Amino acid sequence: MSESKPPVVPAKPPLSRERMQQARRKWLRTILLTGGVTGAALSGFLPLVYARTKRLRPPGALDEKDFLSSCIKCGQCVQVCPVQAIKLADLIDGFGVGAPYIDAREQACDFSCDAVQCILACPTGSLVYKKPAFLGTRKGAKLAAAPILKAKEKDAEPTLNLSERIGVARLTRPEACLAIQGKGFKGQVRGADFKARMRYMEVDRWKPIKIADHPYDLAECDLCVRECPVKGAISIETVYAPDGSLRKSPVVHEPCVGCGVCEMICPVEPTCIVVDAREVWNT
Amino acid sequence: MNSFLKRRFFDQIAVMFGREARKPPSISERAQQIHVLKRATNKERLQAAMLAHENAKKVHTWRNRRWAALIFVNLFFTVSFWLDIQILEGALTASRFIGFHLIDLNSALQVMLAHKHIIVNLVIGTGTVLVLWLLLGGRTFCSWVCPYHLLAEWAESIHLWLVKKKLVTDQAIDRRLRTGSWLVFAALAVATGYTVFESISPTGIVSRALIYGPGLALLWVLALLVFEVFFSRRAWCRYACPIGLTYGVVGIFSPVRVKYRLENCFHEGDCRKVCLVPHVLDTVIKGRAVDVEVPLGPDCTRCGLCVDTCPTGSLKFEVKGLSKLL
Repeated sequence: MSESKPPVVPAKPPLSRERMQQARRKWLRTILLTGGVTGAALSGFLPLVYARTKRLRPPGALDEKDFLSSCIKCGQCVQVCPVQAIKLADLIDGFGVGAPYIDAREQACDFSCDAVQCILACPTGSLVYKKPAFLGTRKGAKLAAAPILKAKEKDAEPTLNLSERIGVARLTRPEACLAIQGKGFKGQVRGADFKARMRYMEVDRWKPIKIADHPYDLAECDLCVRECPVKGAISIETVYAPDGSLRKSPVVHEPCVGCGVCEMICPVEPTCIVVDAREVWNT
Repeated sequence: MNSFLKRRFFDQIAVMFGREARKPPSISERAQQIHVLKRATNKERLQAAMLAHENAKKVHTWRNRRWAALIFVNLFFTVSFWLDIQILEGALTASRFIGFHLIDLNSALQVMLAHKHIIVNLVIGTGTVLVLWLLLGGRTFCSWVCPYHLLAEWAESIHLWLVKKKLVTDQAIDRRLRTGSWLVFAALAVATGYTVFESISPTGIVSRALIYGPGLALLWVLALLVFEVFFSRRAWCRYACPIGLTYGVVGIFSPVRVKYRLENCFHEGDCRKVCLVPHVLDTVIKGRAVDVEVPLGPDCTRCGLCVDTCPTGSLKFEVKGLSKLL
C-alpha cells in the first residue's frame, strides 16, 4: 500500500448484480401486493355502481350513503331482533359487505320488540331514533306523526319511537290481489314450510310464533291490512276499477313506515304488494 | 432508561413503520463486556448445549395459552349469540361486553373518517378498547384475539413445510407497504365516504363468519391464505394489515412486552425463525444488543413463540414496573 494515496473507503459498497436483481424483484412484489389489495378493496365499488336492487335497511337507518359510511358491521342489530329479520350482506354487496338489511318477503320487521331494539343496539348511530341535526332529511321520508303500534294501542304510550320511514308499500300486481278479486283465504299463509315469525297479540305479546302455526280462514282476504303493525298505514277501500266498476282494494296511507309485513304476509305468489326500499311518501 | 435504550426505543418505532433494522452505532460498556466474555467461553460447551436444545422436546406453553385465549374469545361471541345470553354482543369490529361498548380502534377510525363525524358511542367504545390494549400490549390484539392470525399461523406451518421441501420460497416484501396501506385506506375512507378497508378486512370477515355464519366473503380470506402459503410468508399480517399498525402504535406505550437478556443468549437465532416480526428481534444478533437487558419494540405481537423456543430463557415476558414488584 503506497503512502501517497489515502485509502478510499466507499460509503456504501456497490450492490452485486444478484443483490440488485433481488431488490428489484422485492420492489415488484411490493407493487403487486399493493395493487392486489387496493384493487380488491376498490372492487367494492362495483356492486354499488351496478346496484339493481335496493336493500331495505333496518328501521331508523340513515340515508344509504351515510348508512354505509357509518355502519361498523358488527351485527349487534342482528343479535337483538326477536324475529331475526335482519341479515348481514355478503361479498356481492361490495362496500356493503357485513352491513344489515331486511329481506321483507322472507322475514319482515313486525316491531314485535316494541322499542325498535336494533336502533338501541347500534353503536355508531347508523340506526337512529332521531337523526342528528347535521344530517339532512329527504322530503317525504319524515313521518307526519309518531306511528301508533296497533299491538299496544291500549297502552299509555302507544307510539313507536321512529321518525322516518325506511320505505313505502306499493300494490304492484292488483290483478292478482285476492282482495280486489273479492276472494277469501283459508289455510297457512305461504305454506307449511314458511319459516317467518310474527307476534300475534292474542297468542303472546312477547313471543313471536311461526306464521305457519297460525292458519287463517277469511271470507275476504285482508291479510295486508289485518297484519299491518302500524295504525292507519293501509286499509281496504272501495275504489273505481279501470272499467268503471266499484271494487275493494288495499290502499297505502301516509303512516306507512315500510316495515314490509304486508309483503311478507301476502299469500299470492309472487307477492302483490311490496315495500319499495328507501322510497318516500309522495302526495 | 439509559441513552442506548432510549435511542433504540425511537429506532424501533421507525422500524415498526417500515425502516430496516440496523446495527446500533454504539452499545453500552456492560453489553460490550458480555460480548467479550462470550468470545472466551468454551465453544465445545456451547455446541453441546445447542445440540441438546435441538434434540429437546419443543415447548408450546405460550402458544397453547394464546390459542386457547384466541379461540375462547371468538367462540364467546358465537356462543353468546347462539345461546342468546347477551354477555358479549356484536363482532370484533364493535361489541358490547355486559353493556360496555368495545370498539375496534381501526374500525372506529375508518367509520369516523368516512362519516366525518365524531360519534359519542364510538369514542366511549374506543376509549375502553384503548385502555385495554394499552394495559395488555398493543399488538397483543393481533396474536391473542384476531381470528385471522390463527388461520394465518396454520397456513404458515404449511408454507414452512413447503419451504423445507424446497417447493416454495418465501418472497419478502417491503415492510413500508403497511404504513402505505394504512395511509391509503385512511385516505380512501375520507375520499369515498365508504369504510373501504372494512370490506376486505379479514379480521372482520372471519369474525362475522364465525358469529353469523359463513359467506362468499371468506373467498377473499382464502385468497390471502393461498398467497401466504405459496408466495410470501404471513404476507397480510407482515406487510399489509393497517389494524396491526394501529395497535402497534398503542403498543409503544404499553408495559407488557418481551424482554431480552443478553447474558446467556447463544445467538443461534431460533427465535427469529419463528417470529412473525423478526425485525423486533434484531437485538439478538451478535453485537446488536445495546444493553444487557433490551425490551422488544412496539411491533412485537407478544405471541410468545420466541419465549417458547428460546433454549436459554433469554427472552421472557415482562410487565414494566410490575415484574420487579412481584
